[in-house]
Amino acid sequence: MCLPSGFRRSPIAWATAFMLASLVALAVAGPMVWGAAADRPDPSVVLRGPSAAHPFGTDGLGRDLLARVLTATRPSLLLALAAVLLGAGSGIIVGSCTAVLGRRGRRLTAGMINLLLAFPALLVAMFLAVVFGAGTAGAVLALAAAGVPGFARLAQTLAAGVAGTDHLAAARVLGLRRHRLLWRHVLPNIAEPLLLSATTAAGTTLVALSGLSFLGLGVQPPGYDWGLLLSQGLDRIYAEPLPALAPGLAVLYAALAFQLLGEALAGSVARRGPAPRAPAPTPPPSGPAEDGLVLQVEDLTVELPTPGGTIQPVRGVSLSLRPGEAVGLVGESGSGKTLTALALADLLPHGARVSRRTLRLLGADLAALTPKERDRHLATGLSMIFQNPASALNPSLRIGTQLTEAVRAHRGTSRAQATAEAADALRRVALSPALLRSRPYQLSGGQRQRVMIAAGLMTRPGLIIADEPTTALDVTVQRQITRLLTDIRRDTSAALLFISHDIALVGEFCERVLVMYAGTIVEAVPADRLADGARHPYTRALVASVPDLAADRGRPLPTIGGGPPDPLVPAPGCPFEPRCPRRQDHCAEQAPPWQDFDATHRVACWHPEPVTAVLKTVARS
Amino acid sequence: MSVPQLLRHPWTVFLGRRTLRLLLSLGFVLTASFAMIRLVPGDPVRAALGVDAAPDLVAARRHALGLDTPFLSQYWHYLGGLLHGDLGTSLVTGTPVAEMIRTRLPATLEIAGLAFAATLVVALPGGLLAAVRTRDGRRPRTELAFTAVTAGMAGVPDFVLAAGLTALLAVGLQLLPVAGAAGVGSFVLPVLALSLAPTAVLLRIVRVEALKVLNEDYLRTARSKRLSPARRYLRHAAPNTATAALTVAGGLLPALIAGTVLVEKVFAWPGIGSAMAQSAVAQDFPVVQAMVLVLGTTVLLAGLLVDVLLAVLDPRSAIREM
Repeated sequence: MCLPSGFRRSPIAWATAFMLASLVALAVAGPMVWGAAADRPDPSVVLRGPSAAHPFGTDGLGRDLLARVLTATRPSLLLALAAVLLGAGSGIIVGSCTAVLGRRGRRLTAGMINLLLAFPALLVAMFLAVVFGAGTAGAVLALAAAGVPGFARLAQTLAAGVAGTDHLAAARVLGLRRHRLLWRHVLPNIAEPLLLSATTAAGTTLVALSGLSFLGLGVQPPGYDWGLLLSQGLDRIYAEPLPALAPGLAVLYAALAFQLLGEALAGSVARRGPAPRAPAPTPPPSGPAEDGLVLQVEDLTVELPTPGGTIQPVRGVSLSLRPGEAVGLVGESGSGKTLTALALADLLPHGARVSRRTLRLLGADLAALTPKERDRHLATGLSMIFQNPASALNPSLRIGTQLTEAVRAHRGTSRAQATAEAADALRRVALSPALLRSRPYQLSGGQRQRVMIAAGLMTRPGLIIADEPTTALDVTVQRQITRLLTDIRRDTSAALLFISHDIALVGEFCERVLVMYAGTIVEAVPADRLADGARHPYTRALVASVPDLAADRGRPLPTIGGGPPDPLVPAPGCPFEPRCPRRQDHCAEQAPPWQDFDATHRVACWHPEPVTAVLKTVARS
Repeated sequence: MSVPQLLRHPWTVFLGRRTLRLLLSLGFVLTASFAMIRLVPGDPVRAALGVDAAPDLVAARRHALGLDTPFLSQYWHYLGGLLHGDLGTSLVTGTPVAEMIRTRLPATLEIAGLAFAATLVVALPGGLLAAVRTRDGRRPRTELAFTAVTAGMAGVPDFVLAAGLTALLAVGLQLLPVAGAAGVGSFVLPVLALSLAPTAVLLRIVRVEALKVLNEDYLRTARSKRLSPARRYLRHAAPNTATAALTVAGGLLPALIAGTVLVEKVFAWPGIGSAMAQSAVAQDFPVVQAMVLVLGTTVLLAGLLVDVLLAVLDPRSAIREM
């Protein structure tokens, strides 16, 4: 069995190893060292309390209790192990046999196992111990039998996984006999989890066996184990607590040792990777405000810790939006567009660090606000619409609650007023106000995204950020949603930042398009110039890969060769350089500066496509 | 709703199937408890009365127990007796077993119910709190401590804890009664002993489930609305954790009920468990038989209760059940 990494460094793992080693040592050496003292009666010190000669006192025949507790390690451990081995062995055979049985046999065994598993193992063991007769053999057999259904179920589940695999199917086709299938193909594949669960079972069985002895159904005098010693000690607990406590602590020690072993093997106490860093300190005040902007972002950078090291999935992004304007942010997955949106809304995952020169929402510098003011400003000024409406709505809350909670929390709107506003918001997105009483699972995907939009409208925000709002929806619904967003923008004069990987969709209903590649914006272009005036080779390639009705279906769609750069290995030059058809040597050495063609069209490229070539490209496609 | 519609209604189907399963299991418990006394090697009556009991006394007891009639008619007789509330009489004391159950069952249900309630009351908020404090790899030391402490707690055997608590709090500090059921104070130790390990297990499960929920998109939506932490965790996260938590809690209930046998013995609690422990050692088979039947049925009914509760809370679980 392979130990999880970090196991050796964990202090808990060391403690476990020490506890198990001491138990084994006691089980081996205990009877040899203390066996004689444990069985030597001394009529002169009957039922004594602790003393120098007898640290735990003596029992009814004057025998030393410390020696008896130590000597009892062997029977307590051995009997428990015998019961586990017997029970696990039989259970595994029963359970894994089902993998090679026919369908009817499988259902019958599964039914029997389920029936038996409805009862706690301890109760079954007590029942069987009575039937088998009180005594060591009876108790061990009873515990073994009580453990069979659990192991059978586990083995059955595991074996069913193996039974579905190709190599077992192949072995069947080859005509291997059932027992050979079992030994050669099923058991070796399920051994590891079974071993793990047998380890845990060893602890619970030891406790259960002590319990049976404690009840008088297990080991019988003159034999003894911890359970029996505990029961004898309990009779005089009023006078002397130690004779009951000592065997109890022994059971506890062994139970904890096995419990911790199971934990350590399962890897849950093994040390994990480095702790995420503390969040970045408060950013410095933003640069000068520009008038009339809904959103003003300059030099936004996001750092994320990953197992391989810290990466910068967003690097120096600047963008601004005017009231009523729709701006598209386009790029392939992993280009950093969603993280940009989350950074703007202050929703980055824990551990992410964000830095920026300027971040102003509706004129207010977010760095200058107290946390409470910032929360209110973000909650009322900005609404996010997420990609997957199926998971973005809380399944256990009514639509009405999810629509009204933001205004009730931040505007102090009364419940009745908020509900009336929510009904209006639902009408605004062409849904019936009756839906306020429904829960998300009663709605279709398109309806849910409308609800999300309605929830976003509730606070009358100045900026709506929609992150792939139509990607999870089917095409006809996509149209309705984009049309709805356009209407809302016209009616409320809210600005819209529309994030998508679909450049055709963005070009259709945004006024400006920002193209993002490997964490940076590479081109800002007016939407009407996208089809024939884009200057960055990457934008050009994106546009060319969009199929249209005129495309020759006999030819493969143009794709962009290669993949985006590894974020763990940032290169000094242009990130698109390795895939660029127009690259030259210096592209790899120095990042390209911004080139402004006019107020609305900028590109970050050393060798932008000339305008004439555009027409050729379009003609070809 | 028309009758055929009613029959196809998901709730009818769910309850129908669940009841059928219950009846099957109940039949199994009945048969097992009946068979118990006949499976015992040797003569159970002689075992109970002792080897030197007079032969005609043994014969009379055998006759009274119906052990001298054919097997199937014995079974028939057993079921008939159960229907009339007749569970036989103790071989040792001669008390009617039904009478023992009537006086003892409430005591067992009280500590088992209280222990289960204590488990839920501690583990549901505790697990959620632990998840909130340690989500996304926050506070790795707290997480390690939580894992270690709950692992330790889960490993403490109930009857050992019961003995330890008695020694420490009842005998040593004399804070609480040592044994018996008298007054509110006498409930504290048995309930504590029964609920510690299940609480630890449930704490861990709730934390893992809550961590999953805290990573859901709808919690990000709640964050985007800038709702207060209290509202995000209690109103948005907690309800979605409850179903999984209750499913696990339901699974812990049978072991808790079985644990009453040992814990009742430690505290001499006048319940079903201590009666079973005593009579099992005394080989008082009619009593053991009845106590097995009662405990087994309690486990099954508790399971039914949890499943129905889950189906009410989360209708999807009723469909998974099928």
